[in-house]
Amino acid sequence: MEAKIGTRNIKSMIFKGIIVFFAFLITLPLIVILLYIIKQGITQVNWHFLTNVPAPPGEKGGGIVNALTGSFIMVLMASIVAVPVGILAGIYLSENPRTKLAYYSGLCVDILQGVPSIVVGIVVYFWVVKPLGGFSAIAGSIALAIMMLPIIIRSTEQTLKLLPDSLKEAALSLGVPYHRVILKVIVPCGFAGILSGITLSIARIIGETAPLLFTALGNNFFSLKITGQMESLPHVIFTYATSPYDDWHDLAWGASFILLMFVLTLNIVTKLLTRKWKIQL
Amino acid sequence: MSVLLLLIILGVLTTLIMESMPSIKSLGIGYLWGKVWDPVQNIYGAYPFLIGTLLTSFIALIISVPFSFAIAIYLGEYNPKGWLSDLLKNTVELIAAVPSIIYGFWGLFVLVPLVRTLEMKLNILPYGVGVFTASIVLAVMIIPYGASLGITLIRMVPSPLKEGAYALGATRWEVIRSVIMPYTRSGLFAGVLLSLGRALGETMAVTMLIGNTTALASVFKDVIFGPGNTMASVIANEFAEADHTLYVSALIELGLVLFFVTVVINLIGKRIITRFTNN
Repeated sequence: MEAKIGTRNIKSMIFKGIIVFFAFLITLPLIVILLYIIKQGITQVNWHFLTNVPAPPGEKGGGIVNALTGSFIMVLMASIVAVPVGILAGIYLSENPRTKLAYYSGLCVDILQGVPSIVVGIVVYFWVVKPLGGFSAIAGSIALAIMMLPIIIRSTEQTLKLLPDSLKEAALSLGVPYHRVILKVIVPCGFAGILSGITLSIARIIGETAPLLFTALGNNFFSLKITGQMESLPHVIFTYATSPYDDWHDLAWGASFILLMFVLTLNIVTKLLTRKWKIQL
Repeated sequence: MSVLLLLIILGVLTTLIMESMPSIKSLGIGYLWGKVWDPVQNIYGAYPFLIGTLLTSFIALIISVPFSFAIAIYLGEYNPKGWLSDLLKNTVELIAAVPSIIYGFWGLFVLVPLVRTLEMKLNILPYGVGVFTASIVLAVMIIPYGASLGITLIRMVPSPLKEGAYALGATRWEVIRSVIMPYTRSGLFAGVLLSLGRALGETMAVTMLIGNTTALASVFKDVIFGPGNTMASVIANEFAEADHTLYVSALIELGLVLFFVTVVINLIGKRIITRFTNN
C-alpha cells in the first residue's frame, strides 16, 4: 500500500479491463457455434427433411422424421415417469426438511446430479436392456427419467421453500386437511416454479446422447414400437457426424439445428416462467 | 418417493459393483495402473484412461478458471444489474444449455482443422483430434458451472466489509483482492470442484474429439496433442462391442471408478457451499 494513489488507480483500471475482457470473450465461442450451426443447418431444413427417413449414403435427400418422433416419444415417456416422482419427492423434501429420510434423499439428489450420464446408461443397460433381451425405447426413457429427476426435485423444493408459511397456516387453520392443503394451496402457488423445473429438465435431457447409446441405441427406420430400438435426435447427430459421408454430415447439421432450436426455445420458456414469478433456480 | 431416490442410488451402486465383480476378482487393484489395454489378449489396464481423464479435465480447468472467475467478478461486483449484465448472464446460461453432442460435432468440423494447422506450425504430428482439442471444448462447456456459483457467492459478500475497505481508501482492485477474494475463497474453490466433476464425467463431446487410442503415448508432446482416451469415452466406444464377460466388467469397473470419483468431488463441493451459505 506504499504506492501512490495514481499507480494504484491505474492498477485497478487495468484489472477491471482484464476482467471485462475475459468476461466478454466467453460470448465469442457461443456466438461462433450458434452461427455456424445455424448457417450449416438452416439450408437443410425443409418439409422433405422433416418427413422422411434417412437416405442410404450416396443418395441425396433423406430426413430425420424417425429421430424426431423417437426423441419426442422417449422424452414424453421419461416425463411421465419423472414428473410425478420428482414433484412428490420435491414436496416431501420441502415439507419435512429436518427428517433423516429427507437428509439422505437430499444427499441422493446431489449424488444423482453429479453422476456422469454414461454411467446411467450402463446401469439402465443392466436393469432393463438385459432382462428384456434387447435395446428398447423403454430403456432409453428410463435412463432419461433418471437424469431428469434431480432437476425437477431441486426446482420443486426451492420454489416451495420460498412460499410464505402463512399461506399454509391460513389454510390449515380453516380446517383444511393436510393433503388438500398441499394439493390446493402449495402446489398451485408454486406451479410456475415447478413448471420451469420441468421445462429445464426436458431441455437438459433432450440433448443427452450418452445414456441412449446403450439403451435405445438407434434405428434407421421409422418406428413407434417402444419395445424396439428407437432413433433420437442426439443419437442421429452422433452417428452421422462420425460417419465418413458428406450427405450424412449435412443431415447431422440439419438435426443439430433442430435440436438447438428445441433447446433454446425450452430455455427461453423457462426464463420467462422464472422471470414472471421471480424464482431463483 | 424419497425412498425411491435412495433405492435408485443404492441400485446404481450395487449394479456397478456386481457387474464389475469378475474384473475386480481377476485383475485386482493392479487394474488401475496396468498400462496396457488389449481386449484381444484379455489384458486390461486402466492407467491410460485415468491419465487421459485427468489430463483433459485439468487442462480444461486451467483454461476455464480465468474465464469463470472473470465472469463471476464482473457480474458479482462490477456490474450486477442492468441489461448488459443480463445479456452476459443469459449467454453464460446458454453455454450450459447447448447439448454436448453439438459441441462435439462443431469441434470435429471447425476446431479440429484449426488445431491441425496449429500443430503443423508447431511441428507436431497433425492429428487434429486429441487431448488438447477435447480440453478446449471441455473448457467452454464447464465455464458456466464455476461462473454461476461464483456470481451468487460474490454477491453474498456483506457490504459493510467492502464499504469499510473503501472508506480506508482502497481501490476497487484492492477491495476485490483483499476483501472479496479471501471471503469467497472456499466457495470459489467449491465452484472449481463442481466444474471438475462435470469435466470428469463428460462423455460425448470428448469421445468425438479425443481420437480414441488405447495406447499411452510415450512423448510428453504427444500426450498433450496426440489422441488419447478418457474413462467415459472408452465406455462409450467399446461397451456395445465388448463380447466377453471380463471385457464388459473391466469397462464397468471404469464406470464404477468414474462414479466414485465424481460423487466424492460433488459431495465435497456441495458440502463447502452449504457451509459457506450457512455462515
